Amino acid sequence: MNKIILIIKREYLSRVRKKSFIVMTILGPILMAALMMTPILMDNSDTEERSIWICDESGLFVSQFEKSEAVKTTFFSEPILKVKALFQQSEAFALVHIPNSSESTISELESIINVFAHKPISLANRRLISRNIESVIESIKLKNEGLTRDIIEKTRADINLNTIILGESGSEKLGSTEIAMGLSMAGGFLIYMFIFLYGTMVMRGVMEEKTSRIVEIIISSVKPFQLMMGKIIGVALVGFTQFALWILLTFVLSTLATTLLVSPAEINPADLANGTELLLQDVEIPQNGIASILAQLESMNLTLLLATFLFYFVGGYLMYGALFAAVGAAVDSETDTQQFMMPITIPLIFSIIALQTILENPDSSLAFWCSIIPFTSPIVMMGRLPFDPPLWEIGLSMVLLIIGFIFTSWIAGRIYRVGILMYGQKVTYKTLWKWIKQS
Amino acid sequence: MMKVLEVQSVSKSYSNHIALNDVSLSVEEGQIFGLLGPNGAGKTSLIRVINQITMPDEGQVFFNGQKLNHGHIGQIGYLPEERGLYKKMKVGEQALYLAQLKGLSEKEARKALHTWFEKFDITPWWDKKVEELSKGMAQKIQFITTVLHQPKLLIFDEPFSGFDPINANIIKDEILKLKENGTSIIFSTHRMESVEELCDHIALIDKSKKILDGPISEIKEKYKQQIYTVDFSSTELEFLNSLPEHLKLIHKNSHKAEIQIVNDSSATELIRFLLDKCDIKGFEEKIPTVNEIFIRTVQGN
Repeated sequence: MNKIILIIKREYLSRVRKKSFIVMTILGPILMAALMMTPILMDNSDTEERSIWICDESGLFVSQFEKSEAVKTTFFSEPILKVKALFQQSEAFALVHIPNSSESTISELESIINVFAHKPISLANRRLISRNIESVIESIKLKNEGLTRDIIEKTRADINLNTIILGESGSEKLGSTEIAMGLSMAGGFLIYMFIFLYGTMVMRGVMEEKTSRIVEIIISSVKPFQLMMGKIIGVALVGFTQFALWILLTFVLSTLATTLLVSPAEINPADLANGTELLLQDVEIPQNGIASILAQLESMNLTLLLATFLFYFVGGYLMYGALFAAVGAAVDSETDTQQFMMPITIPLIFSIIALQTILENPDSSLAFWCSIIPFTSPIVMMGRLPFDPPLWEIGLSMVLLIIGFIFTSWIAGRIYRVGILMYGQKVTYKTLWKWIKQS
Repeated sequence: MMKVLEVQSVSKSYSNHIALNDVSLSVEEGQIFGLLGPNGAGKTSLIRVINQITMPDEGQVFFNGQKLNHGHIGQIGYLPEERGLYKKMKVGEQALYLAQLKGLSEKEARKALHTWFEKFDITPWWDKKVEELSKGMAQKIQFITTVLHQPKLLIFDEPFSGFDPINANIIKDEILKLKENGTSIIFSTHRMESVEELCDHIALIDKSKKILDGPISEIKEKYKQQIYTVDFSSTELEFLNSLPEHLKLIHKNSHKAEIQIVNDSSATELIRFLLDKCDIKGFEEKIPTVNEIFIRTVQGN
């Protein structure tokens, strides 16, 4: 026991002190902060006035084109050839050519409008132009049908559903679909990332010991299993440290950036929401804003969610970590790892894909099985948690995850024990099976 | 003499071959035990069994009269043939780590390491990374970490590889000092001259079986072939071409010859015979070298 602590200590310290660790720990949050800030900054920087020329041969659009602050529109009724020649010499951003047409043949316009520009036009600008033209065409069509835009606006409905969950005791609590989905998606994704990042780190560590030939010296002092588990746990602690620092630094940096780059008066709640939205993977923030978010958070049992998250986080990592260690022990070089990585990556990638469909349908049988089977349960159960799956399912899934962990570390331990002392041998699945059977 | 290690009929087989077949041997206190054998004979497998890296299929190993268990790890020091260190770790830190894994406390380990570092005059290496060291330097560190915890039994597998002759001598002297202090040493190597120099006892393993075992002097006695080296004072040695039937000329140069007695007549008779023919400057029984014994037994097996 004393020795395993020594091993954990070495694995932890030797990694945390590495330059690459420090660099990654600092760069990670900067990237995250940049990701959060981009929508806000982009919105601010894109205020430069653009001038767009519109050569409207039909004469239908002049009166109805929406005015916009960002775009200055100039209309021409001359033939396109003449306007085009003028445009060549101008500084204008784009020239839209609307061919001659009448109100009755307006539909034909939809596919024959051209835009001329000096440089390729960004998607956003194209959308801006086409939205304007579409709305004019729509208005004309509406008029043809005897309707006006006002009538359409009046008939439009916007519903914001508040789900209220009835507890067995008759209590009512506000449902929490959006936030919960966001949180669980983020949680599942975090587990996925953690397993991959630090599982690979375990694998590299084992390979380093093997190729530097120190392993035989060490296993004459400790049991191979102790060395393997010490490494897995040590790397996990490295991961916790890095994640904790990332979260802390991201928080500090984004707060700093928000206060420094955007003066408080300019902060637009919608922009902030956009930033957050990216993180929560396209979750729609309800219109009534922060208060509603808080209410939703309150309605979820956060401690329970956090505790289960931690369980699946640690459990999933330990289970896969052992397998990564086994792969590291079986091969001589990084290039040989490919063939053995497949069975590890496939269930992981499958669960992240399954997670997305499961959020749509949290009670499907796919959701059930994926959240029970240990290889997918750490990620998938995260997705089901906010939808209050039956307690026995959570329990069963947890027990199976523990059994899965014991099983994979037993298998991995047997592969590891033989593999670390094998050099220059071509290892196939058949050889692995032999090693597992070997006494 | 007390037996430090006793291996009793140990067998070990892997999925596709037998590594050890009923091997027994015992190592006494303060003895240097040469474990010899051609490549792939099973030496490393035996050493791994002694180090409890692998478990034998059959047979038992006793350490100090007790059945070998994990408690004995701190009393064994092992320098494997395939050895290395963590490249990115600092020398001192790494040595401390390895010593602590052997059961020393950090304080004990630090103290012992400083003594050894001073002895080898390598104190400035303490804060260097291993990747900055040359191969020989790294081997020195490995030697220190192997012996640091003052084990009762040391196992050296090719301890001199990677050393220049000067450093090899330093290591050899340290090994002899350890022996004087009562440490038993199992010494596995292909360098027969160092076996001659160091070992008290040898065992030869070939094709997973032990084919020879005994004190080096006894083995040499047993493998003598009644060959005598004679140094003649003249160079007229034609008579050697027509020796009587019980004598056989093995080798001859200008004034020296190696003669083997084929029947059981004595060396005195040979001298008498030779003196009749020519004057003799020197007469010596030819003792087989370990190298010759190795080649003869392995080829004969």
